[in-house]
Amino acid sequence: MKRSRRSFLQLAGVSALGLGLKPAAGLFAASGGHGRAPGEKVLKSEKALKAKQWAMVIDTRKFESAEDLEPLIEVCHKIHNVPSMKDKRHEIKWIWEEEFEHAFPTQELRFLPERIAQLPFLTLCNHCEHPPCVRACPTKATFKREDGIVLMDFHRCIGCRFCMAACPYGSRSFNFRDPRPFIEEINPDYPTRMKGVVEKCNFCAERLAVGRMPACVEASNGAITFGDLEDPESEVRALLRENYTIRRKQALGTGPAIYYIV
Amino acid sequence: MNNTKTLYDGGKVITGLVIFVILVTLPFWYNHGKAAPEPQPQLTAKAKAEKACVRPKSIMKATHMQILNGWRNNVVRNARRIWETADGKRFNMSLSKTCLDCHSNKEKFCDTCHNYAAVAPYCWDCHIDKVKEAKE
Ligand code: HEC
Ligand code: HEC
Ligand code: HEC
Repeated sequence: MKRSRRSFLQLAGVSALGLGLKPAAGLFAASGGHGRAPGEKVLKSEKALKAKQWAMVIDTRKFESAEDLEPLIEVCHKIHNVPSMKDKRHEIKWIWEEEFEHAFPTQELRFLPERIAQLPFLTLCNHCEHPPCVRACPTKATFKREDGIVLMDFHRCIGCRFCMAACPYGSRSFNFRDPRPFIEEINPDYPTRMKGVVEKCNFCAERLAVGRMPACVEASNGAITFGDLEDPESEVRALLRENYTIRRKQALGTGPAIYYIV
Repeated sequence: MNNTKTLYDGGKVITGLVIFVILVTLPFWYNHGKAAPEPQPQLTAKAKAEKACVRPKSIMKATHMQILNGWRNNVVRNARRIWETADGKRFNMSLSKTCLDCHSNKEKFCDTCHNYAAVAPYCWDCHIDKVKEAKE
């Protein structure tokens, strides 16, 4: 008698647990799952470029003036529907130019060679190895993808701007206004943004997915090299082996993935 | 002891009640006999030629918003951009470039249903809904 009651209770307990688990499992499927019916698949393109940590080496010796940088900035802003705001306070930028002393304030600045003092530097999101913006984001709208890109999921951005406060490089812009009226020619292949979200460079994730290099790299005539930092055989690693490079505000420990040959 | 139950100001109270009831039910009277017709989403020539959607039509109506949610998570967060249907057809998981390629008549397709059901997806604040016009 005693034993059977005990086993009955055990069985009841296990069943109750099972009943409790089923709806919970459904809940996870609804939020984390990707809404697929049997037989349906989601795949990567065979052409997609892959890496463990994408990185960029910018050979600043190959740039002479702001005019050399303009086409790169223009092509990026054009394909990503980045608006050009007249009002500086509302400016949106994914890639822009910066003076050496502003880009590298912690570097030795007292006796700068004239070339470097004159030269505008190309700056963009550093796609840090330890991105402070990702830690600041309360909705995981900004996250570090498995290939090292620090990406924004605009669908989750609530416009709190913690990421902007966290980023030591000023790589992020906030849409104070609806950007659409300020886009000269809308590229139908990429969504615009809306009032109330933050945005920044995405290392051309949409181009890597179809086997193309980032637009600025393509437009740079070889001045910018893009590749996998974790692959010792990659072109960026070869450049880093052969040249002395600097990164922006290294002492902060964010591990920027943009390297500058000066 | 006065036990008679008098309704003081009866006339006013009743009139007030009648007016109240009429006001509250006004929306029903107003819409009486004017039930909105069931939406008739129209297919474009291109969609008709393709015959099938990205999932069987029987469940498209009920699940298209879930598909879109899965698509955007997969594209943006998992770097996967290709959708393979149960019968092996492949699509680029894109709202503007795929859904609106077949259903380019958004007003007569998506919008007729959404207006009827009073849903207003905010996707079009960012996603381009007039792909052809934007190209011009
Ligand atoms: C290859 C062309 C094509 C693509 C791409 C496509 N559709 Fe369709 N869609 C169709 C066709 C054809 C039908 C009608 C199917 C039928 O009648 O059996 C349909 C039906 C539907 C229906 C059901 C309409 C009704 O009357 O019940 C919805 C909703 C829908 N599509 C939404 C979408 C969404 C959302 C996407 C993108 C995720 C999409 N479609 C992508 C061709 C397409
Ligand atoms: C057959 C009618 C029908 C058609 C056609 C249709 N939808 Fe819908 N859609 C609905 C209904 C009904 C809902 C709301 C469901 C709910 O609230 O549960 C909805 C909801 C949605 C949502 C979620 C909105 C939200 O705020 O949660 C999205 C996104 C969406 N539809 C996109 C589309 C797109 C894009 C198309 C055209 C390619 C389309 N739908 C065509 C009926 C339709
Ligand atoms: C704040 C702007 C914004 C809003 C609002 C928005 N999206 Fe997006 N969406 C984007 C951006 C940017 C991408 C990234 C495109 C890429 O990488 O190719 C994207 C990607 C997507 C993708 C995959 C790629 C593509 O080309 O479509 C889908 C599907 C998608 N969104 C669906 C939706 C749906 C459904 C809604 C509305 C419920 C919505 N989005 C609202 C900005 C937005």
